[in-house]
Amino acid sequence: MRELFPAKQVTGFVASLALTVIALLVYFLDMSFTVGMVVLLLTAFTQAGLQLVVFMHAGESPDSDSIYLNTYYGIFIALAIVFGSLLAMVWGY
Amino acid sequence: MEFFKQFAVPNPTPTIYLSMVAIGLTLIAVLAGITYFKKWGYLWSEWLTTVDHKRIGIMYLISALLMLFRGGVDALMMRAQTSMPGNELLSAAEYNEIFTTHGVVMIFFMAMAFITALMNFVVPLQIGARDVAFPRLNALSFWLYFMGAMLFNLSFVIGGSPSSGWTSYFPLAGNELSPHIGTNYYMIALQIAGLGTLITGINFIVTIFKMRAPGMKLMKMPLFTWSALITNLLITFAFPVLTVALAMGTMDRLFGTHFFTMDNGGMAMLWANFFWVWGHPEVYILVLPAFGIYSEVISTFSKRNLYGYTSMVVAIVVISTLAFLVWVHHFFTMGQGALVNSIFSITTMAIAIPTGIKIFNWLFTMWKGKIQFTVPMLYSLGFIPIFTIGGVTGVMLGIASADYQYHNTMFLVAHFHIVIIPGVVFAMLAGMTYWWPKMFGFMLNEKIGKWAFWNIAIGTCLAFFPMFISGLDGQARRMYTYSEVAGFGIWNLLSFFGALGLAMGFILIVFNVYYSARYATRDIGDDPWDARTLEWATRTPVPEYNFAVTPQVDSREPFWDSKYEGKTLFKEEIKDIHMPNNSGQPFIMAAFFFVAGFGLVFSLWPVVYVAAAGIAVLLFIRSFEQDDGRHIHEQEIRDTENDKRGETR
Repeated sequence: MRELFPAKQVTGFVASLALTVIALLVYFLDMSFTVGMVVLLLTAFTQAGLQLVVFMHAGESPDSDSIYLNTYYGIFIALAIVFGSLLAMVWGY
Repeated sequence: MEFFKQFAVPNPTPTIYLSMVAIGLTLIAVLAGITYFKKWGYLWSEWLTTVDHKRIGIMYLISALLMLFRGGVDALMMRAQTSMPGNELLSAAEYNEIFTTHGVVMIFFMAMAFITALMNFVVPLQIGARDVAFPRLNALSFWLYFMGAMLFNLSFVIGGSPSSGWTSYFPLAGNELSPHIGTNYYMIALQIAGLGTLITGINFIVTIFKMRAPGMKLMKMPLFTWSALITNLLITFAFPVLTVALAMGTMDRLFGTHFFTMDNGGMAMLWANFFWVWGHPEVYILVLPAFGIYSEVISTFSKRNLYGYTSMVVAIVVISTLAFLVWVHHFFTMGQGALVNSIFSITTMAIAIPTGIKIFNWLFTMWKGKIQFTVPMLYSLGFIPIFTIGGVTGVMLGIASADYQYHNTMFLVAHFHIVIIPGVVFAMLAGMTYWWPKMFGFMLNEKIGKWAFWNIAIGTCLAFFPMFISGLDGQARRMYTYSEVAGFGIWNLLSFFGALGLAMGFILIVFNVYYSARYATRDIGDDPWDARTLEWATRTPVPEYNFAVTPQVDSREPFWDSKYEGKTLFKEEIKDIHMPNNSGQPFIMAAFFFVAGFGLVFSLWPVVYVAAAGIAVLLFIRSFEQDDGRHIHEQEIRDTENDKRGETR
């Protein structure tokens, strides 16, 4: 039975539900803007990573290496653009 | 009548009216010609609906050459206007429009189309594939680009061209300072063409990752394919930034948002920031395929394998990362602090290192090689010194403190032309001449080609080296005239002669195409240059299925090894080949995009709604369409292959 039970998918599904509930709490509970943003950012990125790995099968095809490499490259560029823009337009101005 | 006033050109001159008449007549002549020779069916079934990467490549090539002509005429008009102090050939407003359209046409519609043309034609052949991964999307890419380019060129005769520079900086490009619709054309035409480019990017990444011939590991790919891979990676990660910036700019201009305005919390400089976040990777999107072409050409005509293959690959990968870390150097003087400028100054200079590696690798490839001075090789040889001078002046501009002196002068204009012309135009002409026999089944005349090369090489130097001097003397860019006492006259006059030399070179290229098409022999075999990579293992002209049998690769130069080391390239038997069907949907959808774009430019909302609905309907149809492609029968392939073998024509 153990081989037939999709433990990974079920755990992933429960985890993504939990992450959604946590994100929703920001609306229903009374917390400061900073705390709320931190919670939202953390849950959003964890959620995205979870979907990518568990439900979009990023690691399961023979070319998972290039998929991960592309993802890391994309993350690097997104961070460079966001923080570089902040540096040039706000912090270092 | 009131309705039609919005379509009038704001600064009409006799030249524009003449052009309108000429464009109208040409259009009528073309349509009448097609009808007279009964070519509508041929045009539709063989070209407008094709999904064949080779034909799409050829259509890109033709569009790129047309746009090169358009942008070149703009350049000649600019150089003619500034050739004498106080010249009154063009007014200030016209000059603004011309330098804007020159930049946009040359970068977006000439250079981008040219690299896409060569990538389309060559990459699937080089990796031993039958087509790109998504052939129909590839057709959509081309038609979106084409419609975007046509929409932009329409601005010349309907409504007026944009005039705030190819960078279109806000607040100048905003509604207050550019109340005219010209900048709408810029925003929307680039959006449409950019969509096409983004689709190309994704398409080619998948093609190169998934469709290589058996045995072709990543580190066995030809260098042009490597550079195409990295280029498309850059496209995929850089163009979304432009898309977003253009969307925000469009909303500012059409819907009254305040992203880039001076008031209500807008931030005009953010446009410049986004523009160059895309714009600097764009420089590498243009130059990396060029590097790939030079690697192929230099290796072929030195009769040696490429020196330092691994370091070449590492260099382009490093460039692809650094390309995203330098964009602030385009606006060092906008007021950010010394720390920010220092950081981006250092990353900028770091790019010189991988580029230097590549230059030395090319030199070492030629070292002790048997060099043949063919036309593609001449362009490659001319590229190295001229590009290096351009690169060194780039490092000068990259020194932030010194940039306060150079910025916004003709020195900058000289720098980027001296980089882009050898870095992109030379490469495209080299690549075009090199792959021409594969594309069209005959070779371009070498003698005329060499004349064209010398005109272009000397013309480039004569046109742009004087600008270094006048720029250091203080001549600002984008000024339509200057006084005699400034002393810029002589430099600008020299520059005008250089521009004439370039024009002469391009006329010679056009003449060469005509001359060779008429007189060149068709009996050139499949491999006229004695080349090294897989695209030359196909028949000439290339059958629609490319390779009758998928090649087996076990080295970096499989075709060379099959010729001189006795290895077998094609081991399998001929079998039925599965090919995609042609489709008219990409063309029709892009036409809807054109109409929607036109409606957006003039805020004609009913037009936009109808065209947008058309796009949605086509997407819907495509989603539920069953298209399993078709098979080319084994016997048919055998006949084609035998026919080609005995072919002399």
